[in-house]
This record gives sequence, structure tokens and C-alpha cells, in this order.
Amino acid sequence: MTKAQPNRLARGGLIDRSRALQFYFDGHTYTGHPGDTLASALIANGVSLTGRSFKYHRPRGILSAGSEEPNALVELRTGSRQEANTKATVTELYDGLDARSQNRWPSLAFDVLSINSLLAPIFVAGFYYKTFMWPAALWEKLYEPAIRRAAGLGRASDEADPDTYEKATAFCDVLIIGGGPAGLAAAINAGKSGARVILADENVNFGGRAIDDAAVIDNIPAGAWTAAALSQLGAMAEVKIMPRTTVFGVYDGGTYGAIERVSDHLAVPARGQPRQRLWRIVAKHTILASGATERPIVFGGNDRPGVMLAGAVRTYINRFGVAPGRQAVVFVNNDYAAMTATALDQAGVQVVAIVDSRATPSDTVREIASATEAQLLSGAVIVDTRGSKRVRSVCVRTAGAEKVTLDCDLVAMSGGYNPNIQLTTHLNGRPVWSDALVTFNAGTLPPGMAIAGAAAGQFGLKSCLASGATAGFDAATASGFGSAAAVGFNAIDESAAIEPLWRVDGCRGKAFVDQQNDVTVGDIELAEREGFRAVEHLKRYTTLGMATDQGRTANVNALAIMAELTSKTIPQTGMTVARPPYTPVAIGAFAGHHRGQDFKPTRLPPSYAWAKEQGAVFVETGLWLRPSYFPQGGENSMGRLRTNGRAPASLPMDSASA
Amino acid sequence: MRIICPHCGERGLDEFVYHGDASLTRPDPASATAMADFVRYAFERENKAGAHRELWYHSAGCHAWLVVTRNVITHAIASVELARDVALARDLAARTGA
Repeated sequence: MTKAQPNRLARGGLIDRSRALQFYFDGHTYTGHPGDTLASALIANGVSLTGRSFKYHRPRGILSAGSEEPNALVELRTGSRQEANTKATVTELYDGLDARSQNRWPSLAFDVLSINSLLAPIFVAGFYYKTFMWPAALWEKLYEPAIRRAAGLGRASDEADPDTYEKATAFCDVLIIGGGPAGLAAAINAGKSGARVILADENVNFGGRAIDDAAVIDNIPAGAWTAAALSQLGAMAEVKIMPRTTVFGVYDGGTYGAIERVSDHLAVPARGQPRQRLWRIVAKHTILASGATERPIVFGGNDRPGVMLAGAVRTYINRFGVAPGRQAVVFVNNDYAAMTATALDQAGVQVVAIVDSRATPSDTVREIASATEAQLLSGAVIVDTRGSKRVRSVCVRTAGAEKVTLDCDLVAMSGGYNPNIQLTTHLNGRPVWSDALVTFNAGTLPPGMAIAGAAAGQFGLKSCLASGATAGFDAATASGFGSAAAVGFNAIDESAAIEPLWRVDGCRGKAFVDQQNDVTVGDIELAEREGFRAVEHLKRYTTLGMATDQGRTANVNALAIMAELTSKTIPQTGMTVARPPYTPVAIGAFAGHHRGQDFKPTRLPPSYAWAKEQGAVFVETGLWLRPSYFPQGGENSMGRLRTNGRAPASLPMDSASA
Repeated sequence: MRIICPHCGERGLDEFVYHGDASLTRPDPASATAMADFVRYAFERENKAGAHRELWYHSAGCHAWLVVTRNVITHAIASVELARDVALARDLAARTGA
């Protein structure tokens, strides 16, 4: 190792720099700090290549900083605890963590099946349906085994899971899903009235985007404000704070499913502790404050390692204290993401250019560009990226249709924001398109649910906090816990002005829409030509959005591109709804303790002891263990009995009770 | 899904066992059309989208038999009655009506 953690910033972030954790990735030893995720620790160590893509085996890096990650999937741990397709962006670092990249052979840097990339013209949408049709007899013998070998990403362990999983039930007046600024504002307002409140967040740390954006609330940094809010909530007897808990599904009667990752941040669960706990939470009222997910922009080579979501870049700088590059280009169609340039500049990263697709960028963007001394290219788009295992330069088409090459090792892109409204659609709610916000908003909400913050399209921090406070106060009041007045919070509303940009036309390289399932713009165009224009057909024909990330970075872009191709509006084209679970949940967690003998107990007939004395060989008949036959004089199998012409022992009388 | 048991209050679904359509009445085996009536009773169901009256047994609670009126599209429960009360009311109606 040359220098430990070359991309670690000197200060900042919620990490404990006083302690170092050692971890392994593909056999190499690296160090990180408590508070890191595997992704942030890899970035700190200058690792940008984390896996190979599903179909074309293209090099892929880290795209996001959250559970929407499509690319940075690893095999975590070894032996019986090995877990495939784990998102590096949500895997908390622990000492001795062992992870390996997936879908590559013999090594990540040199991968034989990357030849698929050259064969790309034949691996189009519907390739399997079109190619392996005839002769039918070959399917079973040849095609299926060959496809199965090449398919899939990670490998699961063959051994039984040594850990335990629990189930638990909780009741509350107000369930708050998401512990960002809106969720915390709601919790304080609901909690102070004395209502029973549960505040759940999928991360270990609360504060959400306020911390990622290094925002200021009530005139103090968001980190300090969050800590103060949590200690205030901790002092309220009826408030239960649940970190590492993802509410993944909405069910009838105000019932919610949640998964608490009790021990996933440890190598081995503590004695007596389960790995995960499945919660059934029954809530009178619920506030969905799940935030928003950034959309990528679809341009040529937008999957190259070093191309990241702008919000993720700010997260790595502000939450984890790492710089994801040295020279950055910021590519946006909205004001909010332009502040990434400021964050990069403050972290000492050179901002080469801000590429704003809008013909006339706002004053906000102009100010940021001049403050960061970045070149502002308005009305411009990135058409292609270059570099083998990491982006080295981008090709920009300016407003005057000139091509300019900019050297960079980081592209921070943002095509806008999708509110995380998946939970509102679990009981048949239908999202509603908003032209003003250029996104889908929640339509009809499940009974008892209110929505606040960025999830409700309130992207500015001030309005986000205000909507959270109101929702918390209203939910407590409706539960019969009135209090004097809602507590408000002081912050600034950032501009979130946006003009839609779904894809960049005229790209030479592949432009990816769904990075986990390797679906490109070309695949959507093909689906359109072949008549698979309805969203449900598009999805099934191209496998778009069907990966473990549920297409959270892909679905809306794909819908918008199909709308462009068919000259329809987005609401005319369709919408995206989600099914539970919001993030993958281990089957073991649903099973809980009900596995092995605890799922299927063995029942012994009254004659069991006697039959055993007689040397019976037993057979399972349902749950019952019954004597099958009584071997005599060296006989050792049923077959021998049959050849000897002797009838098997008759079943005992109690067989009637089975 | 949650059911409000008249004896126990609101309880989770796993305390209850579903026992089918509550609107059925057992035909009279002595009637002349008994065969056809029993075929209808045993096999023919309407499967309507909307309100449905159904029997639930509170097996992990008070052991009461309940008649639940539930919308099978939204799973919204309109009413929960004790099956005993429903049967008595029906008998009473049959007697006074007769």
C-alpha cells in the first residue's frame, strides 16, 4: 500500500478517525473508519471498480450512496455467512469485513466474458426469446444449463445459515418512516404530545439529506441539530427510535412490515442476538418521510466508474469525509444538484465545468459557477465518456453543437428527483404526474398515512421541515394527543428549479437506463419498434426495473423515454408502482424461528420405543415417524425384503390418527 | 388485516381462522329438492367484487364465531357481529315472518 486512504479528506464526516478498521476487498487489505460504509471506504482507498455488469460484463463502480444502488453489489463474508448481491453502499464497515466483487472471471480487472460487450448487437432485448426457440429438445439439454451458468451475479452460500432471525410486533399511535429532517420534525411534534411514536430509518444515522448536504437548521449545522433532536426524542418515554430499520411494506388495517438489521454491521451476531428482526408494526397513523431518490441522466457511457449521482457525491464528501475524485464535471438539469460543485470545491476537488442542460441557467447556478471558478456550459450536454476502468474524460456538446473534451475523473450527474412513494402504492394507490416538479407524486394514500418532506415533493429544506412538523402535529392530534402548538424550525429553501432532460440524443456509446439489468436506450427503442409500448410490456420485454433495486434509478427515465418515442405525455404512457418489499428482505427473516424442527416437528407414535427396540427402520409419513420394516437376520434394505418375498410389517394401529 | 372482535377488541389476523361464506344456510335434507340444494350449498359461489359476508373463528382468542362483512377489493371491514346473534336474528325473523 502506498498511502492509506488517499481520498480521505482531512476533516468532516460522521466517521471516527481515531480508530482504523481493516477490511478486505478481492483479497486486498484496506483500512477505513467506524461510520464508513463499504462503498465510502472503497472510495477512500481509491477503489473505483467494484464489479462487472450483468449482461455485458462492463466495468462498473459506485453510482449512489444508498439502497437504490444498482452497481456496487458484492459477495459479503465467507463460508456459511456468505451473502450475494449485497449493496456496498448500505453495508456498514466492521473490522475484518471480507467482500468480493461479482460476475467476473478470472479477475475484476481482466474479465473473460467482457467479450459480451463486443457481441452486444446480438444481446438485445428479447434475445433469449428469439434465439433459443427451436428445436425445443435442445432447451433442456443445452440452452438452459448454459444460460444458467452465465446468468446471475453473486453466489449464495451452500451451507445452512448459522444465525437466527426473530419476529416481533409493535403498536404505536404514529409511525414515522424515515429519519431525515422531515421525519425528525414530525417525531418531535408527535412525541411532545405524549403519543406513542416509532421513528424508523434504514440507516444507522439519522438526519438524511440535511447531513449529506451540510445544511444549516436553526442556525446550527445539521449534524448538531440532528444530535440535539435525537437526544430530545430519547428523553420522551413514548418515543421509540429504530435505526437500521427499513419499513418495507404496507398491509391492511394499518399494519406495516419492517426489517431491523440487528447484527449485519458485525462479523458475528452478539450472543443471544438475531441477525435480523422482522417487525410487524400496527400504527393508527403513519407519516411517510422517506425522502427522494436522484435520477441519473441517460447519456453515452453513463455507467463508467466515476460517473455518480450528484447527491451521492455530496454524501461521500459531507457524511463520510471522502473525495470521490480529483477533477469533476457536474452535469445537471436542475438548481438543487448544482450545489454539488460547491461541496466539491470546499473539499478541494477541482470543478472543471458545470454542464447545465438548460439554455438559460438560473442565477443560483451562475453564482455557484463563479464561486467555484468552474466553467459554466449552459444548454450543453455530455454525449460520451471515455476511459477504460474509470472515466478519464467526457465529450460535451455545447449549445452551439460543438464538441468539447474535458478531462475529469468524476462526473456528478442529476436528472432530478423521484419522491420515494413506493409505500403509497402497496395498497393500490396510483402516483400522479406533476409537470411543475417533473416527477410522480403520491396519489391516493393508504388509510391513515400522511406524507411529508421530499417524499411529498417538498425539496427545499424549509418547506420539508414545515411539512414534517405539520404532519407530526396533525397525526398526534388525530390520535387524541393534542398539544398547544406545532414546533417550527428555521432553515432556507434551496431552489429546486428543473427542466426535464431524460436522455441525450446522438450518443455513440451505450446509454444505460437500468444499470443493474443492463438495459440501454437502444433496448427501449427496440421494444417500441416491436410493439412492446405499454409500460408493463416494456418492463417484461427488456427486464427493466426487475432487479434487486426495483429500478429506483431507472423506471421514471424509461417511462419518459418511451413517452418521447411514442410522442405521448408521461401520464399517457403509464406510471410506475411498486410491490413490497421496498428493499430485499432475507427469506430467513420471514421464516424467523420457524425452520427445521421448529417448523416441522417430528411426531412419534406410542409404539415408537417398542418398534425401536425391535430394530425397526423408520420412514417419515408427513410429520409422523413410523416403522417401515423390521429387518431380520442381516437384511438391510426394503429391496432385499421384497426379493425375499416377505411382506413389510403392517403399520401399527395409531396410523389412523395421522 | 385486523379484525375487531366484539369480545376481545382489535386483533391481528393470525388469531383468526377463516371459515367461508356466512350467507349460506344449510338446506333441509328432507326437502324434495335436497340433492340440487346441497350441490348449490357445497359448490356454487358468486365471488362478487365488493362486500362479502364471511365466517371467522377466533381460535387464538375467545373462540367466538364471527360474521365479518368485508370488502374483498379493499379489505375494508364494514361490520363484525357474533355469529350467534346473526343466527338468532335469522331464526327470529323466520319465526315471526312465518
